[in-house]
Amino acid sequence: MKNLKMSIAAMLLLTLSFANGQEKEKMNHDHATMKMDHSKMMNMNNDAKAEVILTDYLSLKEALVADNTKKAAEAGSKLVASFKAFDRTAYTGEEQMELIEIIADATEHAEHIVKSELDHQREHFKVLSKDMTDMVAITGTDKKLYEQFCPMYDGGTAWLSMNEDIKNPYYGSKMLTCGKVQKEIN
Amino acid sequence: MKAVKIIAIVLLVAFVGIQFMPVERNQSDGVPKTDFMLVNDVPSDIKNKLQVSCYDCHSNNTQYPWYNKVQPVAWFLEGHIKEGKAELNFNEWDSLSSRRKASKLRSIIKQIESGEMPMDSYTLIHKEAAFSEEEIQQVIKYMENLKDSL
Repeated sequence: MKNLKMSIAAMLLLTLSFANGQEKEKMNHDHATMKMDHSKMMNMNNDAKAEVILTDYLSLKEALVADNTKKAAEAGSKLVASFKAFDRTAYTGEEQMELIEIIADATEHAEHIVKSELDHQREHFKVLSKDMTDMVAITGTDKKLYEQFCPMYDGGTAWLSMNEDIKNPYYGSKMLTCGKVQKEIN
Repeated sequence: MKAVKIIAIVLLVAFVGIQFMPVERNQSDGVPKTDFMLVNDVPSDIKNKLQVSCYDCHSNNTQYPWYNKVQPVAWFLEGHIKEGKAELNFNEWDSLSSRRKASKLRSIIKQIESGEMPMDSYTLIHKEAAFSEEEIQQVIKYMENLKDSL
C-alpha cells in the first residue's frame, strides 16, 4: 500500500514538472521569435536586394542540376532569409503589392525545399522559378539571364540560368541537356 | 510478480495523470466568409468529401470523436492539426492571393494524386476519409478546373 502511494505521488510530480517544462519551452520560443523580428528590422536598412535573391536562386538551381538534396536545402534556407530581408520601399504601390504576393508564395516554396526530398524540391522549384521570373520583371537585374524551358517536365517547365548552355535542374544527371533557351533577359 | 504489478500501477496512474494535461482544441464558432466552400461553387459530393477527409486538420474546426479526446491521442492530433493548418487552412482560402491559391491547388492535386494525403495514420481510424480511385479523379479534376479559372 505504501508502494502504491509512493508511485502515485511520483507520477503526479512527474506530470506537473512536465507541464511546467512545456510552459517554459513556449516562453523561450516567444522570445526567439521576438529576437528574429528585431534582426529582420536591422536588415531592412542594409543592402539586401533582388540580386542577392537571384544569386541564392541560382545556387539552388546548381544544386538541383547536381542532384544534391542537401545543398539545395541549404540554398533554400538562404533564399528564405534573403526574401525576408528584401527591401521593397523603392517600388511603386502597385509593384509593392505584387512583390508582396510573389515573395509570400516564393518563401513558402523555398521553405518546402529546405525540408523535402529531391523530387519534391524540384516540384517546388518549378513554381519558385515562375515567381522569380515575375520578380525580375519588376525589379530588373544587372545579370544577363536566360529563361530556359524543358517541355518534358510536368507538362513543360521553365527556369532561369546565367549560362546559355542547358543544364536541366528538373532532371539533373538523368537528362542534363533536355531543354532550350526560350527568352533572353538583358 | 510484484514488479509487474507496480509497473502496471505506475502506467495506469501515468495514463490517468496525462488526461489532466491541458490541450488546445481546434474549434471555433461559425465559418468565416473566406471559406473555400463559400467562395467557390463546390458540387455537393466534393464538398462532402473535403469536409470529411480534409477539414479536420485543414480548417478551424475539428470533429472530435471520443478517442480524439483521450491522451496521448489528443497530443498526436494537436501536432498534426497545427502543422496541417499552417500548410493549408480551407477556412482562410479567400485571403490568399491568386498566385498563392494556384500554388496551394497545385500542392493539393499533387498530394492527393500521390496518395500522401489524407495521411495513412488518419485514414486508419477514419475509414470514411480515404479516397477511392474515382473520388481522386473527381476531386483532382475539380481542383484543376479551379486552378485554370484563377
